[in-house]
Amino acid sequence: MEKSSVQFKANSEDIQRVLTNFPTQPFKDKEFVLSFHELMVRNRVLEEKLIRMAKSQDGFFWIGGPGEEAFNISLGLQVKKGQGLDFDFLHLHYRNNGCLLAMGSPMIDFIRQMRTVKTDPFSGGRNFTAHVCKKEWNTLPATSTIETQFSIAPGTARAQMRRRKKAGDSGVTIVIGGDAGTAEADFATALIWSSRPQEELPLLMIVTNNQYGISTPARTQHGEKNIADRAKAYGIQSATANGTHAEKAWSAVETALDYVRTTGKPYLLELSVSRLYGHSSSSGANRIDEECPIENIENKILKMNWLNKEAIQKIWESAKQEANAAQEVARGEDYPDANTIYHHSFSNKNEGGLPGRDF
Amino acid sequence: MANMAQAIRLALHYGEKHYGVTDIFGEDVGAPQGGVFTCTQGLETAWNTPLDERGIIGTAMGLALAGEKPIAEIQFCDYIFNTIDLLKLAGNTNWASNGQFPMDMVVMTPHGAGIHGSIYHSHSFDAWASRLAGWKIVIPSTPLDAYGLMLSAIQEKNPVMYLIPKALLRTKGTEIIPGEPDEKSLKELIDAPIGDRSEWKAQWPDIQEKLIPIGKSKSTREGKNATIVTYSRHVAMAEKVANKLAAKGLGETRVIDLRTIYPYDWSAISNAIVETGRILFINEDTEITNFAEHLIRRTLEEHYYELKARPRMLAAKHTPGVGLATTLEENTVPQEKDIERELRALLSEAT
Repeated sequence: MEKSSVQFKANSEDIQRVLTNFPTQPFKDKEFVLSFHELMVRNRVLEEKLIRMAKSQDGFFWIGGPGEEAFNISLGLQVKKGQGLDFDFLHLHYRNNGCLLAMGSPMIDFIRQMRTVKTDPFSGGRNFTAHVCKKEWNTLPATSTIETQFSIAPGTARAQMRRRKKAGDSGVTIVIGGDAGTAEADFATALIWSSRPQEELPLLMIVTNNQYGISTPARTQHGEKNIADRAKAYGIQSATANGTHAEKAWSAVETALDYVRTTGKPYLLELSVSRLYGHSSSSGANRIDEECPIENIENKILKMNWLNKEAIQKIWESAKQEANAAQEVARGEDYPDANTIYHHSFSNKNEGGLPGRDF
Repeated sequence: MANMAQAIRLALHYGEKHYGVTDIFGEDVGAPQGGVFTCTQGLETAWNTPLDERGIIGTAMGLALAGEKPIAEIQFCDYIFNTIDLLKLAGNTNWASNGQFPMDMVVMTPHGAGIHGSIYHSHSFDAWASRLAGWKIVIPSTPLDAYGLMLSAIQEKNPVMYLIPKALLRTKGTEIIPGEPDEKSLKELIDAPIGDRSEWKAQWPDIQEKLIPIGKSKSTREGKNATIVTYSRHVAMAEKVANKLAAKGLGETRVIDLRTIYPYDWSAISNAIVETGRILFINEDTEITNFAEHLIRRTLEEHYYELKARPRMLAAKHTPGVGLATTLEENTVPQEKDIERELRALLSEAT
């Protein structure tokens, strides 16, 4: 399997070398853990920068995934990255900036989207923050509509199933959503369509369970003990795992991906995660006292004497400098031209609007 | 002469053979049924899905995003409403991604009343569909148009909603599909037999490409005194009424078969207004926020001083459904008598 390469501003060569050649036991490997940690820090610093931008009129709304770094970095590094059926398709939701960051997107991509400048590589200033996409990496557009990605994912997975039957191999499809969204019919769609007899799909369904739908505790709305249990009725392999410990998150993603790649069959992985800044701007985006995955990995680093507190602080400062520099660049860039509102309504850039009237 | 169901089937086969169609799918679309209206019998890539419209539309989107060429069917447009957010997404994905992800897919679905389909097999979807920005919406009125519009829909790189006038599926046209054999031979070649079909395979005639361009209407009857703009099963009804009134010396009416709801052929409508000064829009969707109301808005904004009479719209009454009894259905969706009433009034209104 081709591993992700990471384009990293700080220590890029070292980190790229480590993260493109995973050690057999990565979390016993100092270089790997430090690289992984640095990505988690950059992910958190990015999210905190985006929150500040939203609160200071440098953007409009924030939503993201602080508290899910261990999972997002684990996934981003293990994705088979590329374009076309031989590579993995990613149907992300709006808490997965870290996944794309780990795959190699620079911080400035996300900051440009928050700033709504025309250089925003995901939507050209059209969409909310964390609504990412990248064609070269099969990363399909994240949407605000909850769980619809679970209805769409069987399509890319079906194309890959066909590819596997013809060529013997293919990438797999990965779809991610939150716990509350599993109440939508789309979740059942993914379970049913991925487990049709004789046409099972290479589909990894991941639910990051932060225990909330905006302000509503999941335990007040769902009767099942684990969301992953719902896979059993369809004969789908499933697991629950701790998504706030990097090693456990990594291992759970590795096991799930390996199963889907090897068998071509679906898998449902439920990861418990934290939601460290609430749901979004709508709930204030203030820090909440929940388990922090970065503190977890830093405790390990300190315990192993791989870095001291001062060295860890330098990593944070370096990431903040990167985010600040990116923000300054984005602040100097133009917003989309007002007369481009119809552009890309269709694949032909010049179609759209009122028929017979130029725009 | 092929009927419309056969014409659609031939087009889908042509798409499989020449345009790389990878999946034709929906409820009862694959063998042995081949579609509840037989439009997908014998097709190589046809397959049956769970009874899940959201899964059908979503899977079509996923296939398109993966670079495949899907054609999905919603068995009746009455059952498409629970997919409306996915249809919105299909229409906005290219736009929202700033041009990164075109959505190359076709959704076909039977539409309209006229078969005594009761409340949930008589819905129209043209007005709803017209609000789905990012989609192209087509609706044929003849077998040849059904064939040619489907080929264009498949070739299109954007999502296309292909509305099938279910009341016309058994009607035959007056124009031959290129390569189409005689009626008896065609039936023997491509219609699945009654009973056991397990060994049956379609024998496809050597048909040729005939494209009906999306966005291009057709004048099916010329006239200088008034214009009717319509589509689907009301084209033939409008022609019949226009002929009747012309024979009575009440005026010559141009009939425009719009064929595409979006992007509609405004040029043809606009020219017709200038040339005839009187215009009647007809369709069978419910009358409040009807697509024709938009066309009347443009008529007034752009041609107010060229009109010789007030523009009119004839559409279905704003009822929650189409009642099953003939008396109810005929008093809900436009009939020939309604068209005649409106056209007489339009032609006779003093300038």
